[in-house]
Amino acid sequence: MSEALLRVSGLAISVAGDDGVAGILEHVDLAIPKGHIVGVVGESGCGKSTLVKAILGILPPRARVDAGTIVFDGRDLARLDEEAMQREIRGSAIGFIPQDPFLALNPVFRVGTQMLETMRWHAPPQWKGQHRQRLVQLLRAVQVPDPERALERYPHEFSGGQRQRLLIAAALSCQPRLLIADEPTTALDVTTQRQVLKLLRDLVAEFDLSMLFVTHDFGVVAQLCDSVSVIYAGQTVEAAPTRSLIDNPAHPYARLLLACHPDRAVDLAGIPGSVPSLIEPPSGCRFHPRCPIAVTACAVTRPPIVELAGAHAVACPRHELAFPGAGDA
Amino acid sequence: MPDLLVVRELVTVLGRRQGLFRGKEVGVRAVDGVDLSIAAGEIVGLVGESGCGKSTLARTLLGVQREASGHIELDGRIVSGLGSAEARRVRRDIQYVHQDPGAALDPWWSIGRSLEEGLIIQGNRSTSDRAARIRRALSEVGLDPAVAGRYPHELSGGQLRRIGMARILVLEPRVVILDEPTAGLDLSVQATVLRLLRDLRGRLGLTYLFISHDLAVVRRLCDRVAIMYLGRIVETAPTVDLFEHPRHPYTRALLAASPRLESAMVGEIPVLGEPPRPSEIPSGCAFHPRCSHVGPECSRRVPDPEPVGDRHMVRCLRWRDLAA
Repeated sequence: MSEALLRVSGLAISVAGDDGVAGILEHVDLAIPKGHIVGVVGESGCGKSTLVKAILGILPPRARVDAGTIVFDGRDLARLDEEAMQREIRGSAIGFIPQDPFLALNPVFRVGTQMLETMRWHAPPQWKGQHRQRLVQLLRAVQVPDPERALERYPHEFSGGQRQRLLIAAALSCQPRLLIADEPTTALDVTTQRQVLKLLRDLVAEFDLSMLFVTHDFGVVAQLCDSVSVIYAGQTVEAAPTRSLIDNPAHPYARLLLACHPDRAVDLAGIPGSVPSLIEPPSGCRFHPRCPIAVTACAVTRPPIVELAGAHAVACPRHELAFPGAGDA
Repeated sequence: MPDLLVVRELVTVLGRRQGLFRGKEVGVRAVDGVDLSIAAGEIVGLVGESGCGKSTLARTLLGVQREASGHIELDGRIVSGLGSAEARRVRRDIQYVHQDPGAALDPWWSIGRSLEEGLIIQGNRSTSDRAARIRRALSEVGLDPAVAGRYPHELSGGQLRRIGMARILVLEPRVVILDEPTAGLDLSVQATVLRLLRDLRGRLGLTYLFISHDLAVVRRLCDRVAIMYLGRIVETAPTVDLFEHPRHPYTRALLAASPRLESAMVGEIPVLGEPPRPSEIPSGCAFHPRCSHVGPECSRRVPDPEPVGDRHMVRCLRWRDLAA
């Protein structure tokens, strides 16, 4: 595997709230090799968004990084000061594609005005005077028809798919090396989604990018990602090349989750229990109260992530045990 | 099974008006000649992209939106051609579950009060009967009847979906229109909601019109599927048949684009573009500008529904060439 552009190791983040301190992330590991698209999958509340915010350095004021590192291009973003984040990382070296193309553009300003504003803040100084021209080239790359005129139009004049293309162009506008996309296609129809996914794959190759793609849809992961990480309640439980994880999930949570997918689900049983409170999270492996093969040891210490064959890594020493409901053949 | 709901040549026009000063606006034919029948106890999936008219069709069936022409028959009685208040009254056997039941509940009302509202509107004057129905409906959907005393913000997304279902079960409907009932749910919660819907159909003999754009879910739950494109049903077939032998190029494109666990990495696919605005419906077959198998006749002639097998219907002039 090539060298990782971004490597998150043992990241732990807690947020102080009114009801106590919530350990949103307990131990997250993630590596994005250069040129790869890595999917992060988990259910609501698992910490996906917190992970993204931590990488972008936009954690809420009450959040604290308790442990771990976020190494991007040799620098630890978890410890970089805000000024450097703002000047050198966010919006420039790391571009962000938001979830909802209908909310992310300001309806009262022309598209061009908004996109040029980003460039004014984050583009390298030697680009002075070329912003508009570069933007037009980018809009052409993301296949927005008639780019010159598109810049003069308002967001409502574009369809959902077109708006998502504009936002992708905005994320690319300052020559990032890493793109982070947070469920960028959930608001789109399947045919449009397919086209946007294709576009993202092409752009990653064309612009020599790497990408972190947050989603809850394993079908989208199958269409887009080279590898995928599964997070449960703030713990990375499994990471593997996409086909390997979807075809042979190892961690009991990943097995149960994939067994809930309508393409697989035999009896639509769901996963017993519910996602735990992060204020008083379960000890050890956070999945143990819901796990059909848990033993006492699982509640004592968090199992380390161990690499199996074929770059498939799992945080469960008992992953070889069969159990009913996991969709095992 | 006899057909419980029969729809023939239904047309609904949105935004048509004749103002004193503004002149005429012809409006948009959001539902443009829909034929659809649903047997008692059947789950029919209605699939299409946003703006294709799925929701307008649902609103017309409910009687909330008035049809411009066409014919709706519920359990053998004709219920179309009425004013909206009257239409709603005779169509009370058809009920609708909102896509996001959390948003459809009043945050200041207890769950019990929200559930009671429909019964009061229907003229149920017995407090004890209303309470008994609410208790029964809540246990039907797998919730503790004590939930009636709680408020929407205290419940999870999955619980709110169950409340949404309980809210219409108290009204004892026969046909339930489910609008994207699993949108925005996590996989594990989605599985339990689908199971609940299936169990309720079995236990209470309900009939569903299941509106969704998630083909994986439709394939899992529905007996039959109708594919809608710009106001028209372009293909209907039993679920297995539709997924294994799709005939309409649009159905094929949808199936190819739909993410599945077994999907290959996105590669070269015919570029479809995006659907035109409903106000600019193309002539002939409305799909022709995006169709990869378009022929010269497609822009001139509206295809009629043609049978292609057992209960399998397609509206495409060229389906025979494609099948070969």
